[in-house]
Amino acid sequence: MSETIEELVSQEYKYGFTTNIETDTIPPGLSEDVVRLISKKKNEPEWLTDWRLKAYRTWLTMEEPRWPNLKYAKIDYQSVSYYSAPKEMKKFNSLDEIDPILLETYEKLGISLTEQKRLSGVAVDAVFDSVSVATTFKETLKEKGIIFCSFSEAVHEHPELVKKYLGSVVPSADNYFAALNSAVFSDGSFCYIPKGVRCPMELSTYFRINASNTGQFERTLIVADEGAYVSYLEGCTAPMRDEHQLHAAVVELVAMDNAEVKYSTVQNWYAGDKDGKGGIYNFVTKRGKCAGVNSKISWTQVETGSAITWKYPSVILQGDNSIGEFYSVAVVNNRQDADTGTKMHHIGKNTRSTIVSKGISAGRGNNTYRGLVSIGKNATNSRNYTQCDSMLIGNKCSANTFPYIEVRNSSSSVEHEASTSKIGEDQIFYCKQRGINTENAISMIINGFAKEVFKNLPMEFAVEAQKLLGISLEGSVG
Amino acid sequence: MIEIKNLHANVNGKEILRGINLTVKAGEVHAIMGPNGSGKSTLAQVLSGHPAYEVTQGSVTFEGQDLLDMEPEVRAHAGVFLAFQYPVEIPGVSNSYFLKAGLNEIRKSRGEEELDSMQFLKMLKEKMKIVEMDASFINRPVNEGFSGGEKKRNEILQMAVLEPKLAILDETDSGLDIDALKIVSAGVNKLKTPQNATIVVTHYQRLLNYIVPDFVHVLVKGRIVKSGGKELAMELEANGYDFIREEMLQSA
Repeated sequence: MSETIEELVSQEYKYGFTTNIETDTIPPGLSEDVVRLISKKKNEPEWLTDWRLKAYRTWLTMEEPRWPNLKYAKIDYQSVSYYSAPKEMKKFNSLDEIDPILLETYEKLGISLTEQKRLSGVAVDAVFDSVSVATTFKETLKEKGIIFCSFSEAVHEHPELVKKYLGSVVPSADNYFAALNSAVFSDGSFCYIPKGVRCPMELSTYFRINASNTGQFERTLIVADEGAYVSYLEGCTAPMRDEHQLHAAVVELVAMDNAEVKYSTVQNWYAGDKDGKGGIYNFVTKRGKCAGVNSKISWTQVETGSAITWKYPSVILQGDNSIGEFYSVAVVNNRQDADTGTKMHHIGKNTRSTIVSKGISAGRGNNTYRGLVSIGKNATNSRNYTQCDSMLIGNKCSANTFPYIEVRNSSSSVEHEASTSKIGEDQIFYCKQRGINTENAISMIINGFAKEVFKNLPMEFAVEAQKLLGISLEGSVG
Repeated sequence: MIEIKNLHANVNGKEILRGINLTVKAGEVHAIMGPNGSGKSTLAQVLSGHPAYEVTQGSVTFEGQDLLDMEPEVRAHAGVFLAFQYPVEIPGVSNSYFLKAGLNEIRKSRGEEELDSMQFLKMLKEKMKIVEMDASFINRPVNEGFSGGEKKRNEILQMAVLEPKLAILDETDSGLDIDALKIVSAGVNKLKTPQNATIVVTHYQRLLNYIVPDFVHVLVKGRIVKSGGKELAMELEANGYDFIREEMLQSA
């Protein structure tokens, strides 16, 4: 029986192909010169070059965090190339000008960049290695005053907005990986929803690492002005390579008065093979600021990929009556390690937060939930509800929960519920007795377990996520 | 329909079934009775293919096929159904989703077309009347938060939907009050046809007042020691299992 479950969790990674395209890749290594070079390649204004350099100097004084419950070989930051872009990347006036090889790559990943082919009404910004290659539906969005473009473009077209919000939620000195990102970030997505505008379509960024020996350091900045609403989705894949690759991203969200940002991630970076060879090291800082009253920020993540995941999408609940939410499904299999969770900082009055974390461990995977709920002195009448559930598949995996709670006033309340369960032989046998085979039984049980999170994803992505869960656990059940 | 010959089975290396012989034909209801630990439930589990039980000897032929050679889901496809003594909970999976998945797998295996949600729901609502189940059960997670009686009714509902050829009811009466017992038994009786067969595993005669067996077998220490008609159940009720043991001693 164990074997059937084991077998079920190991299916091949279907996005593991490589695109052969000529690239402009700078040699490995990191120094002030490299930071300047990246800035120069992107033709950046001086203030941004200086901002990067300052971050770099801070990074030099910092140490890689050792507290996560993760095991990985020491990263040699000098062996990584910090910039890689498809050659001849000029600014495109239309999608027709994009290298067909790139378009094909995205088609293969199931992302169509050709607008007329997209029926779903999702605008996509596609980031290939270090640069954004295409943004769809830009014109449609522009009519509403919505800015959705690559980060580089925003630096040139909307410097005042970038300058105002860059680093306003995640300062460059926030942590080791955020500082690194701030120094060398190559591209990413930028989005601004003006006052009172409800974004008419889902916005999405699709990140693809292709080049070998390079790191990917993208930066996403989303600002929802007063009364605005936007739902944003991020997807990511990478080729199967034997060496580990570094991914250190920063995402900053800002919600002004009465604004709402919903950010969903389906993370499917290459996880390495069953012995832990290769795979992405994913060190990501994601944070949202509910800057205005009655604002709301909601993170939903489905984490199935990466060899190492270090990620705590957080919300700073600054505005009174603001709401923060975190819904997460994290799956580890084979030798994957994940240390993920959230931080909810209650600062304003009557702020509310909800945390629902579902960890699934299979193979020799190690899954850790780490969360902080902090309720400040002035955050009176605030509430948090946390639910952490772990599911174990087989006997060699592990699940850990580290909840930290700090409450500094007496009118607030915090609730924490946790459970650990194991997919039992009896559950599977029950399904089989009703005619459902082991594979479908496990997928059904797991999807039932993760349902509360999936229902927060936009419809079509929920379907994708469910499939993904089936795939990443295939061959694992025991 | 099913022919069990000299069936021996172990669990954790301990022999529980020690040579069971039993033949059940279409249209028949057989009751398996016996004291605690006699192997009744083991027999039910072995027939449905629970992986914890190891068959060490003997054969089971179901509709001409070697049943022991089939995976549990293949047995289900072939028409073997087990109403569990302890139905399992599956959080987050709705009753209707679960049943539809099972039914469609069975239909697929028979080369029949799968039912879509509308067709299934219509059928399910009809079947729910058989066990007097409330519509809210459709969307509730499988057995989660169900009372003991609701779980057992849910088992019979599943039986009604999946329409097995051979239904094995494992202690379906345990934990039921008299009203629930009547509903469950009436459900089983409504599902009876000349084409299907039922094996009722029970400790008490009580259930057999409602589901009347054609044959009663008494299982002691992994063997069928006495078979007879429904009157045998009455005898057991009146005299307890001890009289069987005494008979066994005398004949030994």
